[in-house]
Amino acid sequence: QLVNKAMKRGFDFNILCIGETGIGKSTLMDSLFKREFGDQVHTHSEANVTVEKTKVALEEGGVNLRLTVVHSVGFGDQLDKDAKATEIISYIDQQYQQYLSEELKTDRNMVDLDDSRIHVCLYFIPPTGRSLKALDVAVLKELQHKVNIVPIIAKADTITPEELQRFKRQIRGEFAENEIEVFGLHDEDIQDDDPALGLPFSVIGSRETVIVNGETIRVRQYPWGLVEIENEEHSEFCKLREMLLRTHMERLRSRTHQKTYEAYRKAQMVEMGFADN
Amino acid sequence: QIHQLAAQNGFELTMMVVGESGLGKSTLINSLFLADIYENGEYGKPGQRMPQTMEICRSTVKLEESGVELALTLVDTPGYGNAIDNSKCWSMILEEVDRAYEHYLDAESRINRTRIVDTRIHCCLYFLAPTGRGLKPLDIEFMKHLQHKVNIIPVIAKADTMTVEETQRQKKRVCEDLEKHEIRVYSFPMTDDDDDEDDATTDPQNLVPFAICSSTHELSVDGKAAFVRQYPWGIAEVENPSHSDFCQLRDLVIRTHLHHLITHTHEVLYEHYRSSKMQEMLPKSGNLQ
Ligand SMILES: Nc1nc2c(ncn2[C@@H]2O[C@H](COP(=O)(O)OP(=O)(O)OP(=O)(O)O)[C@@H](O)[C@H]2O)c(=O)[nH]1
Ligand SMILES: Nc1nc2c(ncn2[C@@H]2O[C@H](COP(=O)(O)OP(=O)(O)O)[C@@H](O)[C@H]2O)c(=O)[nH]1
Ligand SMILES: [Mg+2]
Repeated sequence: QLVNKAMKRGFDFNILCIGETGIGKSTLMDSLFKREFGDQVHTHSEANVTVEKTKVALEEGGVNLRLTVVHSVGFGDQLDKDAKATEIISYIDQQYQQYLSEELKTDRNMVDLDDSRIHVCLYFIPPTGRSLKALDVAVLKELQHKVNIVPIIAKADTITPEELQRFKRQIRGEFAENEIEVFGLHDEDIQDDDPALGLPFSVIGSRETVIVNGETIRVRQYPWGLVEIENEEHSEFCKLREMLLRTHMERLRSRTHQKTYEAYRKAQMVEMGFADN
Repeated sequence: QIHQLAAQNGFELTMMVVGESGLGKSTLINSLFLADIYENGEYGKPGQRMPQTMEICRSTVKLEESGVELALTLVDTPGYGNAIDNSKCWSMILEEVDRAYEHYLDAESRINRTRIVDTRIHCCLYFLAPTGRGLKPLDIEFMKHLQHKVNIIPVIAKADTMTVEETQRQKKRVCEDLEKHEIRVYSFPMTDDDDDEDDATTDPQNLVPFAICSSTHELSVDGKAAFVRQYPWGIAEVENPSHSDFCQLRDLVIRTHLHHLITHTHEVLYEHYRSSKMQEMLPKSGNLQ
């Protein structure tokens, strides 16, 4: 009975997208969920980094999802990026705080609570073929114990397959070197054959569609070729979708609850002066 | 007349590339190089991995164009924008431009003048990221510092990553932003040799900012060697005008507008530098009296 009720109500899934302006965050979300979120278009002239969120209810594989997509706005555009991601971090903390206050109530209702905690942070790495920027390292370091970080290489249609392989190796090396803990890569719960080991996935997003053999597919059309975002030879978009919405959704949710939220809770409780006997 | 003199001595042109890290500056320089050497009948090396540029580096290549010699010096600069605080990152580039002016001024002011080796930067290709969102604050700041010092030619890098529509939109946005922030970039005057053709289609100004794609990877396309970027879904050709403005840009810089770039640098930009230098020296000499 309880299971049925929960099924009907569906569950919350909250995604945070962090990446430079114009890197394709909105396009990728539209492609993943096959809808138009109608995000605002921002230029590079934002004075501060802020967040913007959209909430929708949808059905994914027979399950009702209450999805919240949160985007960073103006990330990486300022001349001096020292303020980094304070707004983003405080957004994450606020959501934990809300959950915690409910949990601490005498008369609480966790079942009907809107869980707004971020379950996954998609970190968009620009396809430079180079290395992570100082800002990336600083922000990832700060975020790593707060959320599940799933790094992706955005606009992957701009990097050739050979460049991509080298770039992936480079980035993984840098994660290890800077001791950045990323979901899948350094997670002790992950099995040897887990697809998450292939992170960072190279992804392409598009709002343009064409019909091939009666099937509508999302593409990017260049004078010299047609990129199909769901074609496995062109990008790992499908792998990302599988992982986020099917194979690893539950894991992302439970890891948020058991690990990142728990760490937040503990710190807050200690700060409030609680102690176990 | 100048033209005739130059025809005997040859031209010297120095071109600098500037922009955020990883936009393909070094790659462009290499394809310019290789493409031109290749035109003269030599083969370039096949594509190699381009290391990150760490310091300003000059290299000169000698070209010959209908009997006129051109010594083309390409100045590669380290990309910027990767640091947390980027508010001073143009100083290195500005110093390089000033150093050449200073050198020229010094040589010109000597009592016993010899032929001056001209190291001044005649044009600066400013690389913009293909984000589709116009100029970044960093670009605005940078160009504001450079605009009265050097001929800036804005280019949108990695144009193979934008669809035709996106390219047009980005070009328009960049033009609007340049205007809005009152940034002066080099404006291509019409040259005499194209006045018999239709103005609108040949006006090079319409191409600004140039959308370019560069590569040092060589492949045979239709039996001809070409520089390409090879993707699983197709091949983007650097020198194909419907894929990138590379050819037009090269043509304008090293052929049709070569002379104008050089004289404009000498007569306007350098003069501007010289007179402000002189002004700086004035109060001192005033004190002496
Ligand atoms: N998609 C695409 N990639 C390019 C293009 N030109 C260069 N690249 C790739 O971009 C990466 C960086 O190229 P570089 O030429 O070294 O870039 P740079 O601007 O000199 O970089 P810094 O030296 O760090 O300033 C390389 O992996 C190139 O293969 C282009 O036109 N399109
Ligand atoms: N080459 C390429 N361009 C993309 C891709 N995804 C989005 N774009 C383009 O990049 C621009 C910015 O995309 P948008 O999703 O609005 O970026 P956001 O600011 O990060 O939300 C648009 O012109 C998109 O068409 C991609 O995978 N590859
Ligand atoms: Mg370089």
